[in-house]
Amino acid sequence: MHETASLEHSLYLKKIKQRKILVKISQISLLAAFFGIWEAAAVIKLIDPFIFGQPSQMFKDMIFLAKEFNLLFHIRVTLGECILGFLISTILGTFIAMLLWWNDFLQKTLNPYLVVLNSLPKTALAPILIVWIGNNVRAVIFTAVITSIIVTVLSVLTGFNEVSKDKIKLVRTFGGTKLDVLLKVVFPASIPTIANALDINIGLSFVGVIVGEFLVAKYGLGYLISYGSQILRMSWVMTSIIILCLLAALVHRLAVALMKACLSGR
Amino acid sequence: MNNMLELVHISKNYHEASSVTQAIQDISLEVRDGELLSIVGPSGCGKSTLLSIISGLAPPSSGEIRILKQPATVGYMLQQDHLFGWRTIFQNACLGLEIQKKLTEENLSFVHQLLRQYGLAEFENRYPSCLSGGMRQRAALIRTLAVKPNILLLDEPFSALDYQTRLYVADEITSIIRLEKKTAVFVTHDISEAVAASDRVAVLTRRPAKLQAIHQIEFSPGFKPREAPEFREYFNLIWKELDIHA
Ligand SMILES: Nc1ncnc2c1ncn2[C@@H]1O[C@H](COP(=O)(O)OP(=O)(O)OP(=O)(O)O)[C@@H](O)[C@H]1O
Ligand SMILES: [Mg+2]
Repeated sequence: MHETASLEHSLYLKKIKQRKILVKISQISLLAAFFGIWEAAAVIKLIDPFIFGQPSQMFKDMIFLAKEFNLLFHIRVTLGECILGFLISTILGTFIAMLLWWNDFLQKTLNPYLVVLNSLPKTALAPILIVWIGNNVRAVIFTAVITSIIVTVLSVLTGFNEVSKDKIKLVRTFGGTKLDVLLKVVFPASIPTIANALDINIGLSFVGVIVGEFLVAKYGLGYLISYGSQILRMSWVMTSIIILCLLAALVHRLAVALMKACLSGR
Repeated sequence: MNNMLELVHISKNYHEASSVTQAIQDISLEVRDGELLSIVGPSGCGKSTLLSIISGLAPPSSGEIRILKQPATVGYMLQQDHLFGWRTIFQNACLGLEIQKKLTEENLSFVHQLLRQYGLAEFENRYPSCLSGGMRQRAALIRTLAVKPNILLLDEPFSALDYQTRLYVADEITSIIRLEKKTAVFVTHDISEAVAASDRVAVLTRRPAKLQAIHQIEFSPGFKPREAPEFREYFNLIWKELDIHA
């Protein structure tokens, strides 16, 4: 009886493992097929490589850009701006959410403004920011911050407001102050919400950074993209976008790891 | 027996934009030192409100609470255990001490001792999700006892448990309260639980809650409460009193 159960179990595990491998293989082949077809279509002139790019050319460009155009520097700038923007908006956003939670009057007063700001496409503000802050990296980071901070404030505040009244009452029964309620219940109970906001924030922060770089036009992948399209080197544009994809994947992984670290022990 | 606590003509209204809810109307009641007083009443009549008022968390609309034995430290156990998922059992048990800034060596070892005494020692460093409903309820009681309150307020502390666990946990928790020689006010809507556990049972009317009757519970010596001949009598008496107004 026991033996058949363990046999069944190992078969089950094997099945799961096989499935996992199959999914991985499919994912990789999909990517390979995408680039393969792209390359082939360019070689047989089904598409114009001048306009649509060509993977082999992009690879050459990548090496060229790395050697002659300081590609690594541009990557570092974009990544740095994105992470900085993301950290600032997460920390500042959480802090603002705390203030609004603390002062119900403030929350009620500001609520309609937050809702309007939330639906406003924040990147529309980027040109103004550049005029105000200057044509520099700070303006790019600022753009990244404003694109993601409103969502952070709103989602963290929702998390705070959803914390069970009885949990708060419990802290009160021990004579806890409002600060105790915030630090002992409301904040720790909302960490899953905050962790979820992190992932969304990283994506939004990237949007802000790229739009900022389009406009500031000095360094970064956003600059390479806009410069490449101006001088009609579409393969540069494509190369930069591919690198951007890789960065996004990397940063997403980072966010997930951060999330797991936040949630450990729950 | 001396009185621990007196409620004098307590009334409570809740104000909302569209209406005023009268929850409690003129309740006067005393709680004696060392007794376990149950409060039964139809659901929604104002039992939780009454406990909140006793604890000082909510002010009454009129009337006053006199606490006759100082220091007046109140321990409150809510309808659910509300153990925090991000804290270990030990950290949960220390929550009150932490808030009251009383994390002394002595108090910490008191918490260890309580956990050991009530069978949770090996779970000290585990998280609440590993515990059964009954164990969680015990952990919640220890969290309350840790700050050494002299009055315990229990608001349907077993209502989240299934029936069988509930019988067992109710006996267990009341025996802990007796062992620790606490004064306790115990809210429930389960008549048999009230009769089995307490020295006196106060019966409230439907909302607005008024005091309907109060019964001294005494069983023939040598019987377990639920097996004593008087159990049914008390049960039927209180059941009828509740039924009239339900
Ligand atoms: N904060 C509040 N604001 C407005 N009305 C309230 C509030 N709290 C309770 N009430 C109302 O007061 C009445 C009594 O509520 P209370 O929670 O004290 O009853 P209860 O006897 O504990 O009920 P239950 O058996 O469901 O636990 C109910 O009608 C409830 O709707
Ligand atoms: Mg209640």
